[in-house]
Amino acid sequence: MKLIFEKSVKGRGLSLLKEPDVPEYALSEGLLRKEPLDLPEVSETDISRHYTSLAKQAHGINDGFYPLGSCTMKYNPKIDEQVASERAFTALHPLQPEESAQGALEVMYECSKSLCEITGMDDFTLQPAAGAHGEFTGLLLIRAYHESRGDLKRTKIIVPDSAHGTNPASAAMAGYTVVNIPSAPDGCVDLEKLRAVCSDDTAGLMLTNPNTVGIFDKNILEITEIVHSAGGLCYYDGANLNAVMGIVRPGDMGFDVVHLNLHKTFSTPHGGGGPGSGPVGCKSFLSSFLPGKTVVRNDDGSFAFSVPSDSIGSVRSFYGNFLVVLKAYCYILSLGASGIPDTAKNAVLNANYLKHLLEKNYDMAYGGICMHEFVMTLEKIKHESGVSALDIAKALLDKGMHPPTMYFPLIVHEALMIEPTETESKETLEQAAEAFTQIYEMAVKDPEYLRGAPYNTPIKRPDEAEAARNPVLRYIPEK
Amino acid sequence: MNTYVPSSAEEKRLMLEALGMKDADELYADIPEKIKIKHLSLPEGISEQELSEKAEALCRKNKVYTAIFRGAGAYNHYIPAIVRSVISKEEFVTAYTPYQAEISQGILQSIFEYQTMICALTGLDVSNASVYDGASAAAESVAACRERKRSKALVSSLLNPMVISTVETYCKANGMTVELIPGKDGVTDTDALTSALDDTTACVLTAQVNFLGCIEDCRIASDAAHAAGAKYIMYINPIAAAILSSAGEYRADLACGEGQPLGMPLSFGGPYLGFMAARKELVRKLPGRIVGQTLDSDGNRAFVLTLQAREQHIRREKASSNICSNEALCALCAACYMSAMGKKGMRRAATVSLSNAHYLAKALDSLGFKRIYSSEFFNEFLTSCPVNSDELMKKLDCEGILGGLPTKDGILWCTTECNSREQIDRLLKICGEATK
Amino acid sequence: MNINTECLYSKSHEWVRIENDTAYIGITDYAQNQLGDIVFVGLPVVGDKVSTSDAYSDVESVKAVSDVYSPVDGTISEVNTQLESDPALLNTDPYGTWIAKLTDISSTDGLMTPAEYEEYCAAL
Repeated sequence: MKLIFEKSVKGRGLSLLKEPDVPEYALSEGLLRKEPLDLPEVSETDISRHYTSLAKQAHGINDGFYPLGSCTMKYNPKIDEQVASERAFTALHPLQPEESAQGALEVMYECSKSLCEITGMDDFTLQPAAGAHGEFTGLLLIRAYHESRGDLKRTKIIVPDSAHGTNPASAAMAGYTVVNIPSAPDGCVDLEKLRAVCSDDTAGLMLTNPNTVGIFDKNILEITEIVHSAGGLCYYDGANLNAVMGIVRPGDMGFDVVHLNLHKTFSTPHGGGGPGSGPVGCKSFLSSFLPGKTVVRNDDGSFAFSVPSDSIGSVRSFYGNFLVVLKAYCYILSLGASGIPDTAKNAVLNANYLKHLLEKNYDMAYGGICMHEFVMTLEKIKHESGVSALDIAKALLDKGMHPPTMYFPLIVHEALMIEPTETESKETLEQAAEAFTQIYEMAVKDPEYLRGAPYNTPIKRPDEAEAARNPVLRYIPEK
Repeated sequence: MNTYVPSSAEEKRLMLEALGMKDADELYADIPEKIKIKHLSLPEGISEQELSEKAEALCRKNKVYTAIFRGAGAYNHYIPAIVRSVISKEEFVTAYTPYQAEISQGILQSIFEYQTMICALTGLDVSNASVYDGASAAAESVAACRERKRSKALVSSLLNPMVISTVETYCKANGMTVELIPGKDGVTDTDALTSALDDTTACVLTAQVNFLGCIEDCRIASDAAHAAGAKYIMYINPIAAAILSSAGEYRADLACGEGQPLGMPLSFGGPYLGFMAARKELVRKLPGRIVGQTLDSDGNRAFVLTLQAREQHIRREKASSNICSNEALCALCAACYMSAMGKKGMRRAATVSLSNAHYLAKALDSLGFKRIYSSEFFNEFLTSCPVNSDELMKKLDCEGILGGLPTKDGILWCTTECNSREQIDRLLKICGEATK
Repeated sequence: MNINTECLYSKSHEWVRIENDTAYIGITDYAQNQLGDIVFVGLPVVGDKVSTSDAYSDVESVKAVSDVYSPVDGTISEVNTQLESDPALLNTDPYGTWIAKLTDISSTDGLMTPAEYEEYCAAL
């Protein structure tokens, strides 16, 4: 499809702004731009049709099943979008007086309180804009805590080898050395290995629970105890909270800091990659280090901003992705005390049902009950037919389904990680299982066909090596 | 209660039965009983209708001003209807990151077009697919300049304070040092800058339009940085960039800024858009996702996420940034905005914002609100306040006007093309009355 | 799989070839095959001291990055800048494409001969 620049016709354009009604001010010539500003010259029809055709070549949650493991691609409720598009929220200037934005402050306050209850934490910051941003923030709280006690030798963060890549990357950004520990054969934390690396240089441990292979680590209390008794703190990566919200809380598992992904667990849309929101919660002994501003309720019931006394500073501007927080708050209000655990249970039920349906043809990386997601290993299929996890994923595209997460976690070979979420019906799961079965049969019968998949998508497999070797990162018109 | 779970009770029963279970609680056998919770201490869920009513009640507690004369990092520009329409398309809104290129060409192409426009705006060679906001873009830019023997960042003290704070937070974390360069007459003191430069300086970061609204001639900072072997990062206002010298013209190595003025509503501070661009030699230093053009196996043009081996999901603790989710929908918004506005529309938004500010500044001056600095300014300026500023703001508030931002040094006023002459005259009338 | 008879090998699939007092180092055919299409090579800096225990370079394929170790200790005297524009050379000609040259080199004790390396790979 043509780029919008290729649709540009000299002299086209929209008339959007009114004529100026004050005298035009001329800046001194030396400050002015000399080079032309090369933007496309297009009509409103051109733009409207351009983006409609781009939208047709995108796959959203309403285009089909989206079992992208670790990403919690649940349905995005329309009412939440509607509320967040109200002018009474979108037209608010972040620096208008607190008295004039009490509705917004109430949303921030109540959302924080709800997240505290759901996670078992005492305070939250809503400033981080995404999960990874939350991790960075949470680690800085841990660092500020140790430094405030003069405990300066704690330079290491322990991360299991099954962790999301953001965990070690965030730890490095926060100035820590990363200690990777191999997982036990069951995919959980190896307690002996954990004990062996915990010492007086341990700043903390980062963990998801359920972990990235979809298993709830039943030794969790022992794990957090081992870290605590070495003087470290425990960080909960909330990526997988959807499995257990309302059932068990990170705070009760022994975690001191947690980040949540509102764009996963709390149903706000991903926007093709963002905006997300990654609030960070902590136990009260860390509250004074929180970044940015938090909202407090005054005795008279009004709301006000407050700056934590020993704040780590800001991790971005203003108060975070407010509209995303607003959508998540709407979602929490809809679900309520009973709906939250009900959602978790259905997410886990759907995952186990789909796993049950797939077990006939596909090998699971780990046995037993899974939580909200499970990991298959296609090593055997690869060995027998040469068909890889990538080939299977590409074949799913032809079936109108978004493939699972591929090649993650790294500890499983030829991994496909499937997370159906609770907002899919029994029949969708059965249709997906049928698609997987057909692809499995094709792998046995005609592996070559699968290696060429997909066939019915707007493009065939792209040459990614060429893209990386000779990067073309913007449009340059042919002269 | 509204959980968006489609399964009926009977369907759930059948699924449990297939698993040999009677109750969904059996799924949680691995969780130690003693930490399971009985009940969340939250209100019970509500219907959509009740939620709608609750939202309306919250809306009534917010005040929407009819005229806004406040900026300081968030700007009330006109948003074309086509922009709102495009960014509401649910294929864009509800998609995840375009990992599967074959079914994500629409999103990938939109990012490629966005990157091209950011390059046009900044006059630089390469752009990433966005970061969280302007402040984090500045912090990431500083981190990208670090070299083995250069870990000091010289940062203008006249940047937006939130940007400075964020840069300091990131630098403290990764072990870089930040030295703030003082201002002089409303712009960065280039003498102080030059004397602070040495062979440990990784980069110099200044704003083209600084927090006080003053326009800085960035050539001096850029040349000084380069003479010391350091990189120069220019923080830009994307609307002002339509008329002011580009980062490329100033030979900046990186440019970054807050993209909110490009079609995003104020939204009480977010979601916004951090944009970043660089010279092509620095492409691998850019954090986060980048879209590139290639061919598919049929030889047709295709777009993919590229240079991924720089990123956290592959490089883990050796990645230069941890960013994963970005602000893709906001980048789409910015690209659509720039397409709709075009060169002429962007220039008009910039020129009218500028002209309104100068009209206002001149009239305020005659009322005794004197400009603190005499430098050229864009659409913001700082004045003294001959009356009690809190009382003045209250008077304006009663008239539905959000006045300039009171600061310790005076009032920081802002105009955009959304401020009509009639609005400005109304503001002036109230200010005039207040001084009597 | 190719094995060059003029080289010595490490267990992490790097080769070294000594000419006079200079060591040429690179990655083996086995390694490039495991990595797939190589898209970028992170080159070291001339003058850097390298040891067998520290990675001196890394190579990126589309979706992986691997550290590269030197089979011997030494000092980088030259890097192969051709790899900046054409990293695929490591795929097409792994033994003809050195990544770096070293001087002040340590002994090659403990490295595998071509025959030993062939046996080592066969057992993997």
